[in-house]
Amino acid sequence: MGWLFEPGWWANGTVRTALLVGFVVAVTSAVVGIFTVMRGQSFAGHALTDVATAGGAGAFLAGVAPLVGFVGGGVLGAGAMDAIGVQRVKGRDIATGVVLGAAMGLAALFLFLSARSSSASGTTQLVLFGSIFTVSPSTLPEVSWLSGAVLVTLAAVARPLLLSSLSVELAAARGVRLRSVGLIFMVVLAVAVGMSAIVIGAILSTALLIGPPASALRVARRVGRAVALAAGLGVLATWVGVLFAYDSYYWFPSHRSLPVSFFVVAAIVVEYLVASVLRRRTRPAPVAASEPEGWT
Amino acid sequence: MSDHEPSTALLEVRDVNVSADGRDILRDVHFSINHGEFTGLIGSNGAGKTTLFRVILGIQEHASGEVLLHGEPLTRSNRSIGYVPQKVLFDPDLPIRARDLVALGADGHRYGLRRRPRALHDAVDEMLDAVDAGAFADRRVGSLSGGEQQRVLIAHSLISRPELLLLDEPLANLDPGSVQEIIALLHRVAQRQRVAILLSAHEMNPLLPVMDRIVYVANGHVASGTTDEVVRPSVLSALYGHHVDVLRVHGRVLVVATALPVGPAPNDEHPEFVVE
Repeated sequence: MGWLFEPGWWANGTVRTALLVGFVVAVTSAVVGIFTVMRGQSFAGHALTDVATAGGAGAFLAGVAPLVGFVGGGVLGAGAMDAIGVQRVKGRDIATGVVLGAAMGLAALFLFLSARSSSASGTTQLVLFGSIFTVSPSTLPEVSWLSGAVLVTLAAVARPLLLSSLSVELAAARGVRLRSVGLIFMVVLAVAVGMSAIVIGAILSTALLIGPPASALRVARRVGRAVALAAGLGVLATWVGVLFAYDSYYWFPSHRSLPVSFFVVAAIVVEYLVASVLRRRTRPAPVAASEPEGWT
Repeated sequence: MSDHEPSTALLEVRDVNVSADGRDILRDVHFSINHGEFTGLIGSNGAGKTTLFRVILGIQEHASGEVLLHGEPLTRSNRSIGYVPQKVLFDPDLPIRARDLVALGADGHRYGLRRRPRALHDAVDEMLDAVDAGAFADRRVGSLSGGEQQRVLIAHSLISRPELLLLDEPLANLDPGSVQEIIALLHRVAQRQRVAILLSAHEMNPLLPVMDRIVYVANGHVASGTTDEVVRPSVLSALYGHHVDVLRVHGRVLVVATALPVGPAPNDEHPEFVVE
């Protein structure tokens, strides 16, 4: 195994922090992601990462902890999208697009200003593409608390959320408060993408949110299993990404590590391809598809 | 609570008006539904059938009037009313089996993730058998045919043991064989569970053998009563605002316009119709 784990891997504190934070973030993203994919809100999820970017960039500019910026920005964005009209299906894309555009504009401004005010030329790179190796050990408890809050909230609204994801009419007829449940989910989503923005960057946090759940939904037949599988796939991709990024330092004579984000996303894509192949093999086209009544 | 209250209606709809964007969708709608009866809600597409369902469920905005269940105003999440919406099509990628959807009919509105009791699992199995869906209980709902999804939705709506079941165009887009099967199944389940059924359709003929009463919607107004009372030229002409004929051919009923309406649009008139 020596070829896989390069020198210092096991003793490195930075690596340990990266693996632990990566674990927490990957699990949270995957669980939230299952519902995001089922509700068809992937676009909203992506827009929230852009809002988180603006928040994160603002945090760098103001000298506040990045976590506060990323998560705070995301929650504000969720509120804005809800206010503009994310509840109506037709208004959803428009609200999302408007908030997304505004957020990217702000992010550009903040990044420009912080690049001029400080010598931190890597801020843009850090905010957009993240760097799990720069996460300080003190972030771990904060991220864990946030993750706990997200998972507990999600568990509390899981059934109404699930029913409203299947059909808003069925949920409304059962007395589910669609507006409240929808807003709670948006806030949960914002916190989750804000967290993952720190690990693999705002732009790529969509990959961690959508990728593992999409793969899991290809093969799992039950929600509980899909959640567990997505969490496992997310953690695997994150850890593989950290490992390869660490190893890549030794791959080239120049000793420049390749970015973690690249490896994480590459692993997610491979997982999705494998899941698609598995689905095709285990689940042939349903017989019902050939009956005329299947096409209503 | 006594078992015999034949004199009071199960559901009473009184003076319901709904308008949207300055247009009246329903005007002065009133009718009632009795315990255990099969009522057909008949009207063409866009007549306001779905709106009427939403009013009964208490989820329609800009509605006035009263909907009484057992003589009491409706509260939110009334579990005495089950609902099968129109055109629910589940994504094949959803990790929801038929039995999961049925179980959500019992606890989908509850917060928290308490473990489902054994009794619920038994009730789900029983309900799936009642709608002949046992064979595909463990398949994803999205992979089922339209008729199969209808059955699972009916089981979802019935598991909370409602006294009234609303079905919005459940027969649309089904082949004739499936239409007969669903109607027979509903008739059977309704009698066994003693649940009243209000089923909307744009075609009344498949329902004639099982319908106890009919609620006919046209032009935002309704006429209700037995089929013989309502499906008559005088009543339907008043409802449509222009003359229609009712033809009975080989046990089927055809409602045909005698001539195209001329002059002001029928919406502008307020035809009088009284059906007792």
